[in-house]
Amino acid sequence: MDLSYGPEHAAFRRDLRAFLEANREQAPALRGGEITTLKDPKIRAWQKLLIEHGYAARTIPRAYGGGGFAPDPLISTILAEEFGRARVSSGVGGQGPDMFVPTLLEHGNEDQKQQWAAPTIRGELVWCQGYSEPGAGSDLASITTSGRAEGDTLVINGQKIWTSTAQFSDMMFGLIRTEPEAQKHAGISYVVIPMNTPGIDVRPLKTMTGAAEFNEVFFTDVRVPLANVIGKRGEGWKIANTTLRHERDMLGSAGTSDSLYQSLVRQLQDERVDGARAIDDPLVRDKLMALQAKAIAMKCHAMRLLTARVKGEPPGVAGLVTKLNGCQLNHDLAGLAIDAAGEAGALYRGGRRVRDGGRWQFTYMFQLGLIIGGGTAQVQKNIIAERGLGMPREPKA
Amino acid sequence: MDFGLSDEQKLLDESLRRFLAERVPTTRVRELIETPDAHDAKAWGELAELGVAGCLIAEEHGGAGLTLLDAAVISTALGHAAAPTPFLGSAVLAPVLIADAGSDAQRKEWLPKLAAGKLRIGVAIAEQVERRDDAGVALDAGKLRGAALFAVDGVGADAYLVAAGDSLALVAKGVVGLTVEPMPTVDRTRRLAELRFDGATPSELLVSGADARAAIARALVAARVLLAADMLGCCDRSLAMSVDYAAQRKQFDRPIAQFQAVKHMCAEMAAAIEPARALVWYAAHAASEIPAEAPLLALHAKAHMAEVAMDVVRTATQVHGGIGFTDAYDLQLWFKRVSLARQLLGTPARLRANAAALQGL
Repeated sequence: MDLSYGPEHAAFRRDLRAFLEANREQAPALRGGEITTLKDPKIRAWQKLLIEHGYAARTIPRAYGGGGFAPDPLISTILAEEFGRARVSSGVGGQGPDMFVPTLLEHGNEDQKQQWAAPTIRGELVWCQGYSEPGAGSDLASITTSGRAEGDTLVINGQKIWTSTAQFSDMMFGLIRTEPEAQKHAGISYVVIPMNTPGIDVRPLKTMTGAAEFNEVFFTDVRVPLANVIGKRGEGWKIANTTLRHERDMLGSAGTSDSLYQSLVRQLQDERVDGARAIDDPLVRDKLMALQAKAIAMKCHAMRLLTARVKGEPPGVAGLVTKLNGCQLNHDLAGLAIDAAGEAGALYRGGRRVRDGGRWQFTYMFQLGLIIGGGTAQVQKNIIAERGLGMPREPKA
Repeated sequence: MDFGLSDEQKLLDESLRRFLAERVPTTRVRELIETPDAHDAKAWGELAELGVAGCLIAEEHGGAGLTLLDAAVISTALGHAAAPTPFLGSAVLAPVLIADAGSDAQRKEWLPKLAAGKLRIGVAIAEQVERRDDAGVALDAGKLRGAALFAVDGVGADAYLVAAGDSLALVAKGVVGLTVEPMPTVDRTRRLAELRFDGATPSELLVSGADARAAIARALVAARVLLAADMLGCCDRSLAMSVDYAAQRKQFDRPIAQFQAVKHMCAEMAAAIEPARALVWYAAHAASEIPAEAPLLALHAKAHMAEVAMDVVRTATQVHGGIGFTDAYDLQLWFKRVSLARQLLGTPARLRANAAALQGL
């Protein structure tokens, strides 16, 4: 264990703090604690500034528009801490930069990398993920959206669902059944689909939060170049698992929990019950401290996994538990803020007495969605048990 | 930057686990817990040769001069084996207190004997965490009066370190005015005692006042982190036993490991254990390297690990079904070891209250 802050790390933190102090006015507003991926010139300008300073897309090779720095767990931790502390957006994140780009760099060809990596991390290309279908949820490999090859073109028909940000997206990376004769898992390809292609119909799907975080996407004779297949045809399942691994790490990232915890402390210090601070209630304090311990544990856990990644060591079962823990922790952090606010905790969207603009109710519901999405908690547990602990699969019915 | 165990620490872990599997298997644990003080002098002597007894004692006093993270690796292995040893009292609390609060002469006198595994010191500082019943020891005109409860490794010790008011006193066993009464707990692998003083004279006094309080605070940091590490080892063992058992046990013509209800219990244990492991390592590292963060991390590490560990040993018992509830099956050893460790030197709720106060929230 060596967590020593060398002089270069101390200098990095000092510079970052000064940068955030000097430039915070230029940062886009935080939305519900989540990094926004929506199109907004302010976001792109902010992202550009962050990349220039090595504060975003830091480990993406320079050839693809990133900073080209070697991964450094301590730097990652400092970045998460300082952006969280300053309550400033840490730039463009989400499905494009955090899930598609790592997959692209691992499996894409040079043309594909040149075409999509840099614009994605700059926030110029917004991405959505076309995986789930009405009939293919936890059993994702049973997708039926088809891609028929016609010369050098793929003709796509079918439907995706639970597609976050599709209504704002330029591009989709999706799973398409291109080899109907092949065995279930071997018939799937990983395809990049421009969202302005004729034949695509996006219908927003309003969720319990009241916002349309998801969409249904319909494909009718949608023609994309065969060159948009990442990897080989029929390898999509394997490649999708790369993306899902990145998703498991992104959903439940320690940075989100840490900044939610900081906000929760402020909320509980401001909230008054019979004239006393909510945080002075011993029951509230007890729950708050239990959550702080978990948030710190997740931060340490992230450093451990990052170290393993840098050293090229297999993370073992530890590498499979981030999403399950992180989303539940975020859900619980929001739940405490709501409970401590009493009846005011139920206020949502409007009214002058609403706490933090209804952020906590939103987060509570949104994180429940994340506990389900990206592989339900139950699917995560199967993965942990089977891949992590070597337990046998349930026999097929 | 490197978050994790070093190659040396992994080696220490492996060799210690091998030693314990051979010398203190559960058949031996079961013999030891039927004895009055659950102490295997020969095994403790051999562990001393491996550097276990002197892990936190400086080399100049015959110890191994290891870090708290090294000691956490040791403690995890001891928990994994459910080994009855005087580690917490004689290798952690007593050495830290004597090194911090003792004079040069006292360090020279006592630390080498502790490091050699030839001296056992029971440590009575429970009242520094919270006072129960009529407990409390006062030092008045050189004489000790009152009762100290829950003295760690208090049965069979050669001497006792006692917090008396603002002083730390060393008392030899058998001294006039001292009664030692075992306090049997659910866990028979560790032994606690009540010490009753009726005018006993300490053989030595260590520092008193603010220095004594600071020494006790540091000893509590080390002990809490290492109790958390011990519980981590209990968790690892309980989960491994559950996974093995589920693979072997057949019901409805198939191994129960195939049932999601069983698999999910194992997955939940693993999911809780891994981040807690990182927290324990970090807290141990901080105790040596990041002193400003150490007190808070020690509180959180022990409180959180205790919650996780209690859940794990309960769930492990559930995975095993009826057999896990029997005395003959070994799983109950870890259930009970966690049950005591959770209460020892601060329950989770007590530690969380301290953590909130420490941060001025």
